[in-house]
Amino acid sequence: MSIEHRDDTGDRFGMWLFLYTEVILFSGLFLLYSMALSKFPQQFAEASHKLNIYFGTINTLVLLTSSLTIALAVTAIQRGRIRQTLILSGVTVVLAIVFLINKYFEWSAEIGHGIYPGSEHLAEMGPGIAAFFNLYYFTAGLHGLHVLIGGTLITVVAVLTAKGKVTSDRYTLLENSALYWHLVDLVWIFLFPLYYLIL
Amino acid sequence: MSEHKHEPVPYRTFILVWVALLALTIITVAVSRVHLGPLNIWAALGIASVKSSLVIFIFMHLKQESKLFKIGLLVLLVILAIFIGFTFFDVLYR
Repeated sequence: MSIEHRDDTGDRFGMWLFLYTEVILFSGLFLLYSMALSKFPQQFAEASHKLNIYFGTINTLVLLTSSLTIALAVTAIQRGRIRQTLILSGVTVVLAIVFLINKYFEWSAEIGHGIYPGSEHLAEMGPGIAAFFNLYYFTAGLHGLHVLIGGTLITVVAVLTAKGKVTSDRYTLLENSALYWHLVDLVWIFLFPLYYLIL
Repeated sequence: MSEHKHEPVPYRTFILVWVALLALTIITVAVSRVHLGPLNIWAALGIASVKSSLVIFIFMHLKQESKLFKIGLLVLLVILAIFIGFTFFDVLYR
C-alpha cells in the first residue's frame, strides 16, 4: 500500500480560517448598517416596514432546515449510509433553490414598486431610506451569491459521493461544504432581524 | 497515519437543535412586534447570538474540535469587537 499524505483536521482548519475571512467581509457590511442606523433610526424603521416579513420569515425557516439536512448528511456519511447522504444533500440543494426562488419573487415585487439602487423613486424618499435599501440589496445580494455557491458546492460533492470518491473514510469535502453552508445560514440569522424586523 | 475522527453526532441531537432554532426564530419575530425602543435591536442581536452559538457549536461540530479551532473563533470575535468598537468610538463622539 502506498503511503498517502492527508490531514483531515488541517483541511477543516483551513476551511474555518476561510470562513473567518467571510465573517470579516460581512461584518464590514453590518458595520455600515449600524452606522447608518444610528444616523437614521426613524427612516430605517420606515424602510424596514416596506420589506415583506413573510418572505423573510419563510426564508429563515427554509435556511435553518437546510442547515439541519446538511448537518444530518455529515452524520450519514460518517455512518457509511451513502443513500441517506445523497438524499439529505439533495434536500439541501432543493431548499437552496427554494430560497433563491423566494428571493426572486421578493425582489421582483420590490423592484416593481420602484425600489432598487439608483431608482428615482428611492432618491425621492431621502438619504436614510435610500441607505437602507442600498445596503439591503448589497448585503442580501452578496448573501444570495453565497447561497448559489454553496448549493453548487453541495451538488458537486453529492456527485462525487455517488461516484464513490467521498466515502465514510474520506468525507472532508462534504464536511467543508457543510461548514460553508452553515456560514450562509449564520449570515442570514443576523441579516433577517436587522433588515426585516426593525420597528 | 492515525487521523483523529469525530464520533458521528446522533440525528436526534441535530433535530433538537433545529427545533430550538425554529422556536428562537418565532420568538425573535414575536419580540420584534412589541415596541421596546432601543431594546428591540439588542433583543434581536441577543437571540441571533444564541442561534449562532447553536449553529457553530453543534451543526458545525466546533464542540468536538480541538482547542485550536475554539481559540480561532475567540480571536475572530476579539478582532470583530475591536473593528466594531473602535469605529463606534469615532462615530459616537464626533
